Formats: sequence, C-alpha cells, structure tokens
Amino acid sequence: MSTVLILADFSGDHATKTTAELATAAARIGSVSAVVLAPAGKGAALAAAVNQGPISNIIVVESNDFASHGVAAVADALAGVVKDKAPAALLIASHAFGKEVAARVAVLTESGIITDAVDVAADATATQLVFGGSTTVHSQVSQGTPIITVRPNSIDADLSAASPAIENASAAISDVAKKATIASSQPPVKGGRPELTEANIVVSGGRGTDGNFSAVEAFADLLGAAVGASRAATDAGWYPHSHQVGQTGKTVSPQLYVACGISGAIQHRAGMQTSKTIVVVNKDPEAPLFDIADFGVIGDLFNVLPQATAAVAAKKG
Amino acid sequence: MKIAVCVKQVPDSWAEKKMVGGVLDRENVDAVLNDLDEYAVEEALRIAEAHGGNEEGGPHTVTVISMGPERATEAVRKALSMGANDAILVSDAALAGSDALATSAVLAKVISDGGYDIVICGTESTDARMSVVPAMLSARLGWAQLTFASKVVVDSSGKVSITRVTEAGVDEMSAAFPVVVSVVEKINEPRYPSFKGIMAAKKKTIEQKDLAAVGVAAQSAWSQVKDATPRPPRAAGLKVNDEGSGGEALATFLAEKKLI
Repeated sequence: MSTVLILADFSGDHATKTTAELATAAARIGSVSAVVLAPAGKGAALAAAVNQGPISNIIVVESNDFASHGVAAVADALAGVVKDKAPAALLIASHAFGKEVAARVAVLTESGIITDAVDVAADATATQLVFGGSTTVHSQVSQGTPIITVRPNSIDADLSAASPAIENASAAISDVAKKATIASSQPPVKGGRPELTEANIVVSGGRGTDGNFSAVEAFADLLGAAVGASRAATDAGWYPHSHQVGQTGKTVSPQLYVACGISGAIQHRAGMQTSKTIVVVNKDPEAPLFDIADFGVIGDLFNVLPQATAAVAAKKG
Repeated sequence: MKIAVCVKQVPDSWAEKKMVGGVLDRENVDAVLNDLDEYAVEEALRIAEAHGGNEEGGPHTVTVISMGPERATEAVRKALSMGANDAILVSDAALAGSDALATSAVLAKVISDGGYDIVICGTESTDARMSVVPAMLSARLGWAQLTFASKVVVDSSGKVSITRVTEAGVDEMSAAFPVVVSVVEKINEPRYPSFKGIMAAKKKTIEQKDLAAVGVAAQSAWSQVKDATPRPPRAAGLKVNDEGSGGEALATFLAEKKLI
C-alpha cells in the first residue's frame, strides 16, 4: 500500500482536529504517515500528541530552525521527507502557514499543488469550491507528488485512537531557508473562543451592530462559537480585521453561521455561503442575505439575540 | 534601492465568474487591478518615500511587474498612476491557463534579471485565492521570505524588518536584501491616483515581453481541472417577523436542527 504524508497541524503542543481531518482524507489514498516537525528535544512529546485519526506512522524531524526561520525551514525539512518517501500525496492544512509551506515544497520537489480542497478522493482528486462557493471544481495534480492543502472543518474526522509507529528523520535545511530570521513570536490572542476557520459555529456581526458586539459575543459564547465580522464592521474599526469573513477576509464553512445585522454583499457571501446552515437576523426585510438563509428573523438584533441567548440557555438546561 | 511590485489583473470581484474548458473565463468579464495588490503598490511607494522618494533619475525606483494578457496593461497603468516609475508586462499566448508554479517561474526570471532589492506582493489574488506566489518566488529566487506583513521597515543598510500576522500569531522577522515581501490588507491606505498621476502614467513605459524575451520556456500547468459544476443556488428557508418572540423562534429552530 502506498504511503501518504500529512503535515501534522499543532496549536501550541496540541495536535488540532485538522490533523485528524487530514489523516482521514489521506487514509483514502494510502497508509498515512504524519510528519511532526518539532523543536530539538520535543519530538517525542509532540508525536505523542498526534493520537487521533487513521495514522499508521509518525516521522519526527527535530530542529530549532523551525521556530527561528519559519515557513522556509519547515518547507525544506518537509521536502526532504517527500523526496525520501516518494509518497502518493502530501496533505497540509489550508491556512496561511500551510499554504506557504505547500507552495515552497511544490517548487522544491517540482510538484503540482492544489489549495483549499474541501474533499480528497482515493485517486487524489481534490474537490474545491471556487468563486465564493458558487462552483464545484474537481482537480488533479499531473506532475510530481500531488500537494494538496485541505480546508479545516471540511472533512468529517475519524477521531479513533491512533497508536502509530514512530521513526526519526534528520532535517536538511538549506542556508537559503535561514535567510529570514524570526526574532520573536506571539501566539494569537485567544479570548477562549475557537479559531474562526476551525469553528463549528460562527456568529458574525455587521453594520447593524453599530459598533456594539456585546450581544453577538454573548450569543457566540453560549454556543461555543467563533465571532466573525463583516467588512463594514472591521473597516469601521468595530472589530479586528483578523475576524473579517468574506472575499478579502477569511472563508468559513461551519455547521452553523449566524449573521447578525449583515446585509450580505456578494463579498461577504463569498466567505460564508458554503456554511451548512445559515441563520440571518436583520431589521431590513430586503437584506440580500435572507435569500440564502435557512432561517431568518426580521428584527432588531439587540432584541432578538438576547432573547435567543436566554432561550438557548434554557433549552441547554 | 530597486523595488519591484508584482500585480495581477483579475476579474472584478463583483462580476459573475465562469469556467470555460477548465479555466476561468477572463475574456468576457470586467477586469481590474487586484484589490490586494494596491496595498503592495502603496507600500512600495511609501518605502521609497521614506528614503527620499522615487523621482525620475533618483536612486530609488518602483517597477510594476505583471503577467497576463495584453489587456492587463489597464491594471498595470493603474499602478503606474499611483506613482510607480515603470512596468514590465509578460504576455504570451503560451501562458494562458498557466498555474501558480508557472506564473512564479516567469516572474522569478524577470525579477532576477532586473536586479531588484525588494519584491512586494499582495497576499493573494481575489480570483484564484491561493496565497502561494510570494512563497514560490522566494523559493525560486533563493531570497528571504518575509510574508503576511502588517508592517514593513527598511533601514539604510538594507535590512528589512516586518511584523508577520497570520492566524498562527504575530512574528517579528527580518532579513537582508534581497527579500520577497507580501503585505496584508490594511497595512496602509492605498492612495487614489491623482489627475496628474493618471496623466503622467500615460507617458510611462510598459515594457511588453513574450516568453522568448524573458528567456523561459512555456510550462504547462501541473494541475488540471477535470470538471467544474455550478452549484445550485441556496433556496431561502423560513423567514419570521420578530413580533416579540423572534429570539425564541430562533432558539427553537436551532434545537430542531440539533445545532445546540
């Protein structure tokens, strides 16, 4: 059976759910080897954290260059593993870091690349939703190792316990990859809320909040949701740009998307219309977002959301 | 200091996009300068201005580099009207439908032949949205990669420091010339071309090159679209008027859908 590589995805010392999602997709193609890139001395601990999903093997590469040189060093090490193992495919999480790593590995290994896949088939055909989710595309890599980045939250992860064999590999990191140096790194500021692109539920606010996100945040926190914002809200300085959902912001595809006071310009729709269920709260009955809502409430979000928060809290007991 | 800015002409993000024969139909759609590239042009001009400006004949220049059909001169002209000095546009029928790898190979050759110190890109184009070309350029050129910058500072010794902002956090990074930089949206407020700038841009040189002039061979795309299907539009569901119990109706809907 052929080997398929995934790049294990971490948040701090924890393997993310995305790692299991990548493994689930990769297992359709072949036997899954997860590559764990770790600081010197931490390989065993990080490998032990990769404990969910159909993973038969873990390849640990230790180097302090990953932290001090970032994407370029990671790509060099990963390209080394690809050249060594000649896998049937390489799957990487489709976030900024993952896509840049994939881009460099594609150049280094002379391989084709597909980004933002929402599904991957046994023959490594990738499914993408393009043009703001209005078109489904199936693509295949025709050169080298298919390098596919997979959007978090797109694949139902097999979360069964993994007990993979562990092997160590050495890092081959070129001088070129060390040209940029990271002086300091800070993890993202987390207010206890999930990451926008990985969240199962997203509650977003727009112009209708008039700058007051308290009702949106209260509802989000009760649901365990991430908070998003429309471009109008981020441009107004009401919410950080990192939370912007839409064409020039994040693309999200949660189980539930609740849009509050967002009219639904095409740019916003492009970032959320592949959500499984869409709920819209807006004073304006003509708001275009109602056209794609599974459930809409025409009303003031400052009345509707607190009541919904109380009612959901009651139902949850 | 020689600064290059990579820009792309893209279909207007308001326009309806279609696939024809496995590639995006770029012919029958309004085309504009990629929104996110305007931040790159602006940042290039600001870096030049911080070191005395990019007046003709001066030591600092900002060159716009693009690959695309000949009509991409419109997008290039917009970047020139913002204040860039000159431009190179690579157009060749053999490049139609090329992928990011081929694009980066062509751009890298133009950049390495131009002797630039800094290349600045937007983080992605609003059509393909791959976010991979800056990293590919860095890998191909063997230059330092300073991407997703929300702040760029270039000192007189040729050291470039950036603040990198992604969902993974915030990094302070630096490297010496030559470097590939990509800038995030909102790093700056791109200037509107002035009337004077628009008039001046008409006289600026856009050097048009085909692949032979660039000196690279045509490379076919390394990934292929097998099929593209428009998704059925989402149908509108239930819509209720809030007459005092809209929030409760919403909670009931979520409970029925087992979303809470």
